[in-house]
Amino acid sequence: MRFEHMLNAYRTMLVIRFFEQKVESLFSRGVIRGTTHPATGQEAVAVGVCSALRKGDFITSTHRGHAHFIARGADPSRMMAELFGKATGYSRGRGGSQLMADYALGFLGGNGITGGSIPIATGAALSAKLRGTGKAAVCFFGDGASNQGTFHESLNLAAIWKLPVVYVCENNLYAMSTPAHKALSVAHVADRAAAYGIPGVVVDGNDLLAVQESVRAACDRARRLEGPTLVECKTYRLSGHSRGDPCHYRSRAEVKTWRNRDPIRRFRKALLDRGILSPAADRQLRREARAVVTQAVRFARHSRDPDPATLEDGVFA
Amino acid sequence: MRTITYTEALREALNEEMKRDADVFLMGEDIGVYGGAFGVTRGLLERFGPERVRDTPISEQGFVGAAVGAALTGSRPVVEIMFMDFITLAVDQLVNQAAKLHYVFGDQARCPLVLRTVGGGGRCYGPTHSQSLEAWFTHTPGLKVVAPTTPADAKALLKAAIRDDNPVVFMEHKLLYGCRGEVPGGSNLTAPLGKARLARTGSDITMVAWSWMAQEAERAADDLQAQGVSAEVVDLRSLVPLDIESVTASVRKTHRVLIVQEAARTGGFGAEIGCRIFESVYDYLDAPLRRLTTPDVPLSASPVLERAAIPDRWRIAQAALELVRG
Repeated sequence: MRFEHMLNAYRTMLVIRFFEQKVESLFSRGVIRGTTHPATGQEAVAVGVCSALRKGDFITSTHRGHAHFIARGADPSRMMAELFGKATGYSRGRGGSQLMADYALGFLGGNGITGGSIPIATGAALSAKLRGTGKAAVCFFGDGASNQGTFHESLNLAAIWKLPVVYVCENNLYAMSTPAHKALSVAHVADRAAAYGIPGVVVDGNDLLAVQESVRAACDRARRLEGPTLVECKTYRLSGHSRGDPCHYRSRAEVKTWRNRDPIRRFRKALLDRGILSPAADRQLRREARAVVTQAVRFARHSRDPDPATLEDGVFA
Repeated sequence: MRTITYTEALREALNEEMKRDADVFLMGEDIGVYGGAFGVTRGLLERFGPERVRDTPISEQGFVGAAVGAALTGSRPVVEIMFMDFITLAVDQLVNQAAKLHYVFGDQARCPLVLRTVGGGGRCYGPTHSQSLEAWFTHTPGLKVVAPTTPADAKALLKAAIRDDNPVVFMEHKLLYGCRGEVPGGSNLTAPLGKARLARTGSDITMVAWSWMAQEAERAADDLQAQGVSAEVVDLRSLVPLDIESVTASVRKTHRVLIVQEAARTGGFGAEIGCRIFESVYDYLDAPLRRLTTPDVPLSASPVLERAAIPDRWRIAQAALELVRG
């Protein structure tokens, strides 16, 4: 990765972190209604994966999708406006936190159903193959979704049809409160790849460059129409599952251990150690990232609400 | 005019649309070499090859979801679900995904997906191969639901469904596959979704039905004719969008209405028709409206029990007669 790209990736991780922290604070103060699932602590997966993709490649996301969308180049202001339920939001207030999309970015949307997007990414890869576009599809999902039927059916379909799709499991160790070790029949989600005769790779999900490297290799294989790959990124959400989660199901010691593996701190250290980033430049990048989020909130606050007269518009194309 | 079967009409529609548009492809269980459980896709594999006539594993949720993803990204998939009962396995992808995408994501998200499936009893296939589940999907905003009765409509409406930019549940019927009817030649036949067909004109009573029940209602109209009752039959063809105007216009003329539905009674689409009639033409009714449906029971495999459950021409005629003669 070129230095410039590394700094961009670092900056994107900062924007995600500040965005999610701001969203949590707005929710806790009752400024935003509904629910949200922060990706705090999982930034390296989102940014690592998206930095391995090409323009035009497809992405499907999850209920915990803000990080994926920002990493793919979404406008944080329109995202924040969606969270505020405003007409200027990505889905004009119709989707909220979980349902935003930008097809021009190949971002086919978040999903409110755990595992719901896995066959959709598989289908995007099928149409890419049928139409000969050379595009690949990347499918984000969590350890919990790997227990859904959609996961197993999709991996089987993609394997027998050699579809250009990469399945990226963000294993953050918990499906809401249920620990992965109690819900999975195998030690690693990646072990499940063997059942479908495809490669399964375990990668440190808090190491941006490691994520990027394995996803790039998986995308290359996909584009050669050699079939799908399952990439399991081991990570941890430093926040609760959704707003209002007291996190009774995990120990403080465990959270502390993972705070020490914070992907942003790690990447910053690597950049500082290698002289790519100076402390002054770091402060500047942080200021910029915070300003993006501040501006997003300002934009959202000053945007207009959707017009109730539009309620019944657009049910059908 | 030439006559062909409902099955042949569907096959012609698939053949013509695949020829017209390279983005149209078929997906489903045993649709290739086998030609589909009811033979609708027979011969299409030889013509279009295994990429476009794609046999799937038994994974309804997986391949319906894959069809949603393909539809969103430029393809126009036509999926076959072998029996409508199996649609249960794919409901998340239809209801939570396909139906919502355009409303939430706007014009960037178009999901031109056709889900062909076969409902209905009459073949003694039992409780899990005979259901008519259309009401689940008419109750989901964002899905179109089409249920043609004649071969001509089967062809025209399937072509229209394939050209539509929305997800369409296209409901066929086991007993209709072998029925013959006049179908104009040439590949230009289409019809708009959302127009009912006036199957019979009459003046004493309106009978509203769709799919196999519309054909049974037409037969009942013949029987009623012999008894001096002039029955009008409105075949809905499409439930969403719904041509309620054709129904209410007929009720304004006949002042009596019998709604015939093969599905179980409670929460069925017939109740929606009845309610709409009440909302708009209540004062035209000279008798309470009546519904004839399968009772609220699972269907049985026994021929005797299955016959006892599903309305037929005789019971339709009987109910109409009671309504007309008071």
